[in-house]
Amino acid sequence: MDIEFLFWHGCPSHPEARELLDDVLAERGLDVDVTVREVHTQDEAEELGFPGSPTILVDGRDVDPEGATARPALNCRIYRKPDGGPSPVPTRDQLEAALT
Amino acid sequence: MTLALATDAPPFDLPGVDGRSHSLDDYADKPALAVVWSCNHCPYVQAWEGRMIGLQRELGDRGFQLVAISSNDAENYPEDSFDAMQERAEQQGFNFDYLYDEDQSVLSAYGAERTPEVFLFDQDRRLRYHGAIDDSREEEGVTQEYLRNAVLALLKGDEPPVSETPAVGCTVKRKP
Repeated sequence: MDIEFLFWHGCPSHPEARELLDDVLAERGLDVDVTVREVHTQDEAEELGFPGSPTILVDGRDVDPEGATARPALNCRIYRKPDGGPSPVPTRDQLEAALT
Repeated sequence: MTLALATDAPPFDLPGVDGRSHSLDDYADKPALAVVWSCNHCPYVQAWEGRMIGLQRELGDRGFQLVAISSNDAENYPEDSFDAMQERAEQQGFNFDYLYDEDQSVLSAYGAERTPEVFLFDQDRRLRYHGAIDDSREEEGVTQEYLRNAVLALLKGDEPPVSETPAVGCTVKRKP
């Protein structure tokens, strides 16, 4: 399994998202190296198709395929909670589903 | 540089999503005025919007006024254009003024860095509280209602119990 964790330092949510990812991986007993990449510029965001920070890819697939279609930008990414409310981090369910 | 506590509110005169201009002087009769840096596209702002509406609904009759300002660079962040601001205000039912600081001059005067970021002024328009709305992005996790407590204190003529906290949210998107 290949996991990439992309983030932009201007959004404060990446430590929380990384902690959540590590927690889910540990809970599932998955010993996987996570490739962390910082996105620095708009050009880089466009080149990578980076729709906001953080973005987590599992075997190249975004943990939130719907949100992955957003315009590439250096901003905080909007995830949706089960009740439809906004969140700057993916839900545990999204991560678990992506790791299945 | 961010506005220091006890500093006078810098003046502004900005277009609002209601099609009118709104200046600092327009709120002269309000004993508590919260100027909140905001925008459309930030998930932190979106998470707190409901509480901003709730505070205005709860305390508006007692003389509290919340004014949201977006200074974000709409060229690079089109979700924050004036048209999009008007759409969001209508969609979310904003009960406070939502103003557009297109040239970012008001942003420079206040020195806001995050969205949302609160500057709460007293009747004399001196800064009495600066920072976060409360202590949790998730409403169910709130234990300290910084802004509400500060407003209630000002309305009673008291000192806000907490005068400064770190604002947590997206960076304000300055023009290149």
